[in-house]
Amino acid sequence: MQQVAISIESCSLYYGEKQALNDITFEIQEKSVTALIGPSGCGKSTFLRTLNRMNDLIPDVTLTGKIKIYDQDIYDKTVDVEMLRKEVGMVFQAPNPFPKSIYENVAYGPRIHGITKKSELDEIVETSLRQAALWDEVKDRLKDRATGLSGGQQQRLCIARTLAVKPKVLLMDEPTSALDPISTSKIEELLQELKRHYTIVIVTHNMQQAGRVSDQTAFFLNGNLVEFDNTKQLFSNPQKKETEDYITGRFG
Amino acid sequence: MPESATKEQTIPVLSTDSKTSSSSNVKYRRMKSKLAHLLFLLSTWMGVVVLAVLLIDIARRGLPWLSLDFLDSFASRIPERAGLKAGIWGSIWMILITAPLAFIIGVATAVFLEEYRLNSKWGGRIQRLIQLNINNLAGVPSIVFGILGLTLFVRQINLGKSVLAGALTMTLLILPIIVVAAREAIASVPQSLRLASMAMGATRLQTIWRVVLPYAFPGILTGTILALSRAIGETAPLIMIGAVTFLAFTPSSVMDMFTVMPIQIYNWTSQPKEEFANLAAAGIIVLLFVLLSMNALAIFLRNKFRRS
Amino acid sequence: MNAQFRKPPSWRNVLEKGVVVGLACCALISVFTTLAILITLFVETTSFFNEIPLFHFFTETEWTALFSGDQQKFGILPLIIGTCLVTLIAAAIAIPIGLTSAIYLSEFAHDRIRRIIKPILEVLAGIPTIVYGFFAVTLVTPTLKNFIPSLETFNALSAGIVVGIMIIPMIASLSEDAMMSVPNRIREAAYGLGSTRLEVALRVVLPAAISGIIASFVLALSRAIGETMIVTIAAGATPHLSFDPTVSIQTMTAYIVQAATGDISYESIAYKSIYAVGITLFCMTFLMNIFAEFISRRFREEYE
Repeated sequence: MQQVAISIESCSLYYGEKQALNDITFEIQEKSVTALIGPSGCGKSTFLRTLNRMNDLIPDVTLTGKIKIYDQDIYDKTVDVEMLRKEVGMVFQAPNPFPKSIYENVAYGPRIHGITKKSELDEIVETSLRQAALWDEVKDRLKDRATGLSGGQQQRLCIARTLAVKPKVLLMDEPTSALDPISTSKIEELLQELKRHYTIVIVTHNMQQAGRVSDQTAFFLNGNLVEFDNTKQLFSNPQKKETEDYITGRFG
Repeated sequence: MPESATKEQTIPVLSTDSKTSSSSNVKYRRMKSKLAHLLFLLSTWMGVVVLAVLLIDIARRGLPWLSLDFLDSFASRIPERAGLKAGIWGSIWMILITAPLAFIIGVATAVFLEEYRLNSKWGGRIQRLIQLNINNLAGVPSIVFGILGLTLFVRQINLGKSVLAGALTMTLLILPIIVVAAREAIASVPQSLRLASMAMGATRLQTIWRVVLPYAFPGILTGTILALSRAIGETAPLIMIGAVTFLAFTPSSVMDMFTVMPIQIYNWTSQPKEEFANLAAAGIIVLLFVLLSMNALAIFLRNKFRRS
Repeated sequence: MNAQFRKPPSWRNVLEKGVVVGLACCALISVFTTLAILITLFVETTSFFNEIPLFHFFTETEWTALFSGDQQKFGILPLIIGTCLVTLIAAAIAIPIGLTSAIYLSEFAHDRIRRIIKPILEVLAGIPTIVYGFFAVTLVTPTLKNFIPSLETFNALSAGIVVGIMIIPMIASLSEDAMMSVPNRIREAAYGLGSTRLEVALRVVLPAAISGIIASFVLALSRAIGETMIVTIAAGATPHLSFDPTVSIQTMTAYIVQAATGDISYESIAYKSIYAVGITLFCMTFLMNIFAEFISRRFREEYE
């Protein structure tokens, strides 16, 4: 039996006058992988960023409706954005390690949230790197600069960095679009491992990937949520014509 | 630099039937281009030649006068006994006050302009005003800063003709240079690093302190060093402040009178006796040595930390 | 499983807010600097013009502010002429050399040569003006005397030449920046049509970068007008209403230095004249800087 982790209630978003999301409503289960698919500019990335309020950084964005994570309205006045982002981590499209050592990259999050003890940090770094399936590859060179790693390793490092602050929810914005097929499959395997502990929402351009990794899939088009269903159901038997057109490659 | 166009790319006329485009025309144009190349080359090397002449002349005059005594003696009416001690110490005192002040205020200004884009109508206007103002301040002649220092620090705030008054004036003078350099360095920090930090729940301040500033630091440092070397070489504003030319002691507090290397050199340059010109040359060697070392340090830092 | 997004307001939030205020205060220092400059100049100038009519200031043909008593005359024209003369000579030296250097560096030079010359230009730009002043009076003037026997010891010519040398790096690097920002595809199009290097440089790149180049001239000349030490040392201290470059003259900046180093009381009209000259200088350079900003903005070609 699964609990609802994120519930979105008639959520709309505007950049100035321009509407980017229109009346989105659905629920995301705890410890599952939810894929957001749709053509470029359909609003899936924008939607993803509303879940940890990264859109706050852009001026002139207004949001209506309610987004609740574990039953708390994350746009409530009393919510501390930094605490929210600690609980709802994010991995970006292109790997973006800090120009510091591998160790310092992973330790960055725990440090800013007040952990200073070396032994504690060591432990967090090791667990996070293990969770991100990177430990064996880097354990002997934790002091090396992170920018020296390969693209795939960098992205797993970024995942480890996000895990180090012990989030409940993991948002991923096309995390494999800048990677080669081998690195991509490593990260996809990793997702299966991670969903035992985390609720994962992943934006992807790649429909095969959505099919492979996700339990639920949401199809976005022009700022609307067209269809949301079990991944198997949505791909084998879409209810809407637009969804069918998209997944059969007739447009997009 | 048009890397793709390495050599002359004038294609010889291929069509044989064309009588109008003669190959002599192409030859002539090509020759003209080569000639111009030579002319431009010579003109560019003029700068190098001037630098060489200047350095050789100064070395010829100044080197025989350079000695440890020269560095450790005060000014004197007798050229053989005169030295640069007061100027060296004055410059050191001034830079020790100016450097931290200008660095802190300059970097703070740059952070405010780059990292805290105000979106309110008034906030945005104020930031644009500050930016415009800094661009304009960079073009204000240094002597005008001298007039400001004389009026504001020496007379109004009543600091007198002190090291402090000189250092504050110099701080205002080099502030625009540091702000511009620091802004450039901060703007070159990839946005993705800021987002990554924020997405982990870092506050804006934590992101600036732990991600943005460390990344931008080499650039900021390079700009600051260059600005400080400008401050060490400046003469006019300090003359306005009333830095004295003939001083037989080094400052022992920030309220003491002072002189700096360029002013001592100015003083010797305006003496009629030939020996003093040679003393000035010796002073210039010391000054240029300091400035070139700073420049070299800045270039070294820039190359060392240059990111691909 | 549960998550907690709220926390009591802590010292960290206060710090965040406080820091913004602190940064804003630092940023405002530069605005206050400008205000202070304007107020300083304005107050004392007003008091100067209470005694000397504005009309005299701009029409009188003699400047003898540091003379005593009734021999004092306050016509700024000789100082302006002196400044312009030096600036014109500097322009005649610096514009041709600076521009051709920029063309060479941007369009002709191999990377290897650029890597040698650019640092040398940077060093030239970093040499203090006092050194240039020394250079003018100990080397340039004696050398010129061999060709022009009537040249006075202090004269506008050698000061102008050396000011020109001083601003060459500025013109060269700013113009080069402007030309380098012309995208390569435009050059390639011209080469593709069979142009020579010179034709590409003069007919395609130069016109495309002209606004930036002119802005660099204006900025450099504004720097020449405000230049102080070279003219104080080499151009003399006798204001002349003449365009003869071989005689001693005085520029506005050199007058300010002379008056400030002289023994005059803060209450005297001579002291106040520093501010009247200062504000004239400030306005001239300010207008030129604004003009440079305007042309480089107004006529900038957009290539993106």
